[in-house]
Amino acid sequence: MTQIDILDQTGGALAESVPSEPVVPVVRQRRSFSVGLSYLWLGLVVALAALVPLLPVSDFDIAAGDPRLSPGFGPFDLLLGTDNFGRSILSRILYGGRVSLVIGLVAGVLAFVIGTFLGLLAGYFGRWVDAVITYVTDALLAFPPLILLLSISAVTKPSLFTLCVGLTILVIPSFVRLSRANTIAWRSREFVRAARNMGATSPRIMRREILPNVLPTVASYLPLVIASLIVAEGSLSFLGLGIPAPTPSWGGMISEGKDSLSDSPHLTLIPALVVFLTVFALNQIGDSLRARFDRTAAD
Amino acid sequence: MPTVAGSGAAHLRGEEALLSVEDLVVEYRTSAGVVQAVSKVSFDVLPGETLGIVGESGCGKSTTGRAVLRLDTITSGRIRFRDRAIEQLGDRDMRALRREMQMIFQDPIGSLNPRRPVRELVVEGLAVAGASKKAQEEAAGRVLAAVGLADERFRDLRARRLSGGQAQRVAIARALAVEPQLLICDEPVSALDVSVQAQILNLVEDLKRDLGLTVVFIAHDLSVVRTVSDRVMVMYLGKVCEYGEPESVYAHPAHPYTRALLDSVPQPDTVDGFSGPALEGDLPSPLSPPSGCRFRTRCPRADEQCATEEPQVREIRQGQFAACHHPLPVPDVPVASGGAAVPAVPVAAG
Amino acid sequence: MTLFGTLRKVARSLLVVLLVTFMVVALLSLAPGSVATIILGPAATPESEAALVRELGLDRPVWTQYFDWLGNALQGDLGTSLLTDLPVTEMIWDRLPVTLELALLAQVIALGISVPLAIAAAARPGSLVDRFTSAIASASLSIPAFVAAPILVYFLALQLDLFPVSGWNDISEGLGPNLESALLPAIAIALPEIAAFQRLLRTDLVSTLREDYIAAARAKGMSPRFVMLRHALRPSSFSLITLLAISTGRLLGGTVIVETLFSLPGLGSLVVNSITSRDVIVVQGVVAFIAVIYVALNTAVDVGYGLLDPRVRKEARA
Repeated sequence: MTQIDILDQTGGALAESVPSEPVVPVVRQRRSFSVGLSYLWLGLVVALAALVPLLPVSDFDIAAGDPRLSPGFGPFDLLLGTDNFGRSILSRILYGGRVSLVIGLVAGVLAFVIGTFLGLLAGYFGRWVDAVITYVTDALLAFPPLILLLSISAVTKPSLFTLCVGLTILVIPSFVRLSRANTIAWRSREFVRAARNMGATSPRIMRREILPNVLPTVASYLPLVIASLIVAEGSLSFLGLGIPAPTPSWGGMISEGKDSLSDSPHLTLIPALVVFLTVFALNQIGDSLRARFDRTAAD
Repeated sequence: MPTVAGSGAAHLRGEEALLSVEDLVVEYRTSAGVVQAVSKVSFDVLPGETLGIVGESGCGKSTTGRAVLRLDTITSGRIRFRDRAIEQLGDRDMRALRREMQMIFQDPIGSLNPRRPVRELVVEGLAVAGASKKAQEEAAGRVLAAVGLADERFRDLRARRLSGGQAQRVAIARALAVEPQLLICDEPVSALDVSVQAQILNLVEDLKRDLGLTVVFIAHDLSVVRTVSDRVMVMYLGKVCEYGEPESVYAHPAHPYTRALLDSVPQPDTVDGFSGPALEGDLPSPLSPPSGCRFRTRCPRADEQCATEEPQVREIRQGQFAACHHPLPVPDVPVASGGAAVPAVPVAAG
Repeated sequence: MTLFGTLRKVARSLLVVLLVTFMVVALLSLAPGSVATIILGPAATPESEAALVRELGLDRPVWTQYFDWLGNALQGDLGTSLLTDLPVTEMIWDRLPVTLELALLAQVIALGISVPLAIAAAARPGSLVDRFTSAIASASLSIPAFVAAPILVYFLALQLDLFPVSGWNDISEGLGPNLESALLPAIAIALPEIAAFQRLLRTDLVSTLREDYIAAARAKGMSPRFVMLRHALRPSSFSLITLLAISTGRLLGGTVIVETLFSLPGLGSLVVNSITSRDVIVVQGVVAFIAVIYVALNTAVDVGYGLLDPRVRKEARA
């Protein structure tokens, strides 16, 4: 690191020197223990789910052993025991994880893109563009989340596609609101006026001046949104309205196992634990990101 | 609403003015009503001239500057730039014209996009116009050197790493990159430390001289305006109070408001002026400005005429104009020509 | 908040309600053919499909369908169930009390747990207690109902035999049995609300406790507990009430899971059963009903907030 150059003010010299990093020992911000663990867990789940075809686990729809085996340190495949049909719970957890994570990620990112764009339009142009977008957003937000999903499920045949569409629609309004609020905050800044003064068109201003400033804040909410999407998908599959059999899903596994709670609780408790840990991890990560990037979030 | 025909345009010179503004009115809506930030203001600027617009906060000077560039919506009035009426110009034509009229803003760091490096910021105007990457780079180097930021390392910095003075230099460089003819500076040094102010003012002076710029310099600091301006215009509550050469106006202000402004600046030697408080009363609300002369509520010289009739801008002595029914007595000839004092006879202008 | 402002807000909510109900009705008429297929299932033939479409009036333009529906709804008629032939309004009315009781009980539980946690945290901000309670709150935020419910059932109902595993005891059978059957489900849906309340209240309390009049009260010799309960809690309770109203609306939809798991005869299980049995008329009616209640609650909060602006109250106190 270079030393700070002292500017020659008395001489009125026009030339300036580059400001450099002040020589201050870097204070390591105490990384929260739980946030670190969260990244670890999430990494583990994602890695395992991605690599599951390479792992020594049986397919999710064939019997790997006797039904309702308890978890134990035997063969890797039976680490978490078996379900009502003797299928490997470990395998079903991992394959179910793929579904949940993929749906959560796809719907989340898609909603992020669409929602940010709409919010940008609403916040920048105001007037009737804003009125229409806000109107529809408010209407969508008027449904309790699960109810909205259920309504969509009522008229569609459940599949990966319809699930993604439904979940995307579910969370677009949140992103619209976030993006709109941030756009409004940024659009009245002087550098936007300066850009207009340079002859920039509105699309250019939105793209090059406002969007780069809005993006980090809105994106910092992605983990939180994905967490809620995993919950939503889990709720749907718990009710039997999610991904159709035989594809496993965490919510579906919980539902299937609930009748055997008394003698084989692991059928339900294991997927329940996995859901909890994953959602918790995402919430922790989301909170730490939000604290860093969203200046408006109090606390 | 003013009933009489506005502040008057007696001080317009009309010849080859680069910028000419007539009866400019800018209104905006607030939840409490309509505010006329600028009420029939007229002025013009000759090529190569610097016009200083000075006044307290809320007098409408910044709004005037923005309105001239069509950055604020104009309610009515005429603006001519290079003899071309621009108040009604469409978006596309206006965008093309923008490059010739640039602005420096009050908040130096706020006027720069926090997410982009200096090298991109200064050539934004060229990028919009579709210049090649190479041309942009060359221009960046050129203008940054012109404002004293020649060091290569500046180019990768972002706004928050710059000091106020440096940020303002970047803003000036950005304005220069498009080679404008008119530069409007909206309180460019108000947010800077005094020592840095001098540097920036000198920079503007040098650039104006080297590049032949025409400048409109908006500020609330009288001493700042004095040093840079060829002409000065004093505004109050959206109206023009006084106009003239700085030497004349500062030495012998004709408008009581100008006098009061000058009195509030500590002077090394006392000058004959008001005794007692310079200004009485509070700043009136811009929502319902006083009838007639807007300054009358705080003016020790106000009478009934001031309440009923709005004063027009008229020539007090050669080259000095004021909008006042009872202007202060000034020597008949301008200070610069050093003539003997003769009792003033106000010249009524058309 | 002026009367005009209040009227504007109410008018706006009515507009939203219109769009919401329109969405609900339109959802089914967007693809009448496929809806009929879904309803009739494998037994569908082109003729039976067409007949059903005509019978349900799905071949008319969307607007007509909507206005008909709206007209009926305003008179209290939400249609008749395809399955049971009962009026939907009656079905809703029968099941509403269950859902309502669940939601309210959940709020009571949430408040009962979150308020002491928030007070403990706010009394010593940054301390171990604070971080611990915040961690608990954070965790409970991540336990969705379909995770919480089986866990609760396993430990409290099966292992400890404290509560029934499923089924609803109507209040007519006594308050005790009624609460017994309602407690586990209520706890399951209360968990995320605990977190939300605790966070909000803690933040509010911390900033209130910093104010001068609190220091004055302490200087007068009042005990910390007295100060907390009498002086600090009051202004903070304002935003809590706001959040309470909003979360009640949210809970109305959240009871779906627990009602299904515990076999409780509420609105939530009605929605799910109707979906499974393709009884679209019921789905329409219930969803519209829930959504309208939600909007009404939020609007009431919005309007009430404007009328009772805390700034006014703070000035009055100072």
